[in-house]
Amino acid sequence: MTLAARLIVLAAVVVALLATAGCATVQPWERGTLAKPVMAIEDPAHETAQKLRTYGAKEGGASATGVGGGGCGCN
Amino acid sequence: MRAQRRSSSVRLAVAALAAVGAIAAASTALSLTNGDLAAACSVPVVDGSRTVSLAEYRGQVVYLDFWASWCGPCRESFPFMNELQRDLAGRGLQILAISVDKTAEDARRFLARYPAQFTVALDTGAACPAAFQLQGMPSSYIIDKSGAVRAVHAGFRNRDRAEIRQQLLELLGRDAK
Repeated sequence: MTLAARLIVLAAVVVALLATAGCATVQPWERGTLAKPVMAIEDPAHETAQKLRTYGAKEGGASATGVGGGGCGCN
Repeated sequence: MRAQRRSSSVRLAVAALAAVGAIAAASTALSLTNGDLAAACSVPVVDGSRTVSLAEYRGQVVYLDFWASWCGPCRESFPFMNELQRDLAGRGLQILAISVDKTAEDARRFLARYPAQFTVALDTGAACPAAFQLQGMPSSYIIDKSGAVRAVHAGFRNRDRAEIRQQLLELLGRDAK
């Protein structure tokens, strides 16, 4: 097979694979499904705050989310 | 013999590429644009009392709007459509706003917050938006007396207001002659 022919076959295989991948087109009028709260990337604000509080309490000595502030030089 | 087989596999590959290309092109080319005849669309009005069909508006200028409760700009477009109803209904304008919400309950909750003085219908099965192949939400179509689409507006921006009004006035004025 010539190089050009190989490239064409390769391109066809790649395009066919992309076309059959599990991508679904969401039509503009179907975007309500994506607008549901469960589809949010982040947790609701109150839940995030709760988690941070718990995490902060657990990891307090090692400073959970900020700079260590012990003052004893151990952290 | 071998050369033949090679060329046929290349030909097959080219055909496959063309087919995928054609499918991709077809899926984007279907949306209705200016000059196209408006698609058939028959939906129940929001209180369920009757079914409204686009065909029954033939001979009138129609402002067809597709909206949804989850669509932000739709909140802006409702007061605008109320204005259109107030100013242009007397001149023969028909406004039909079709909700594409999957549940009627969502649409009704929206309507309680943003009341409509025009005809509102529900299309929970999304048959009409599929037939029109909307390019965005909300989408509105200005349809003339002959049932042809004369303008398409995808999305709703402040600067659209004057343009839509102008387009409607032009069509209504021409019809009056």
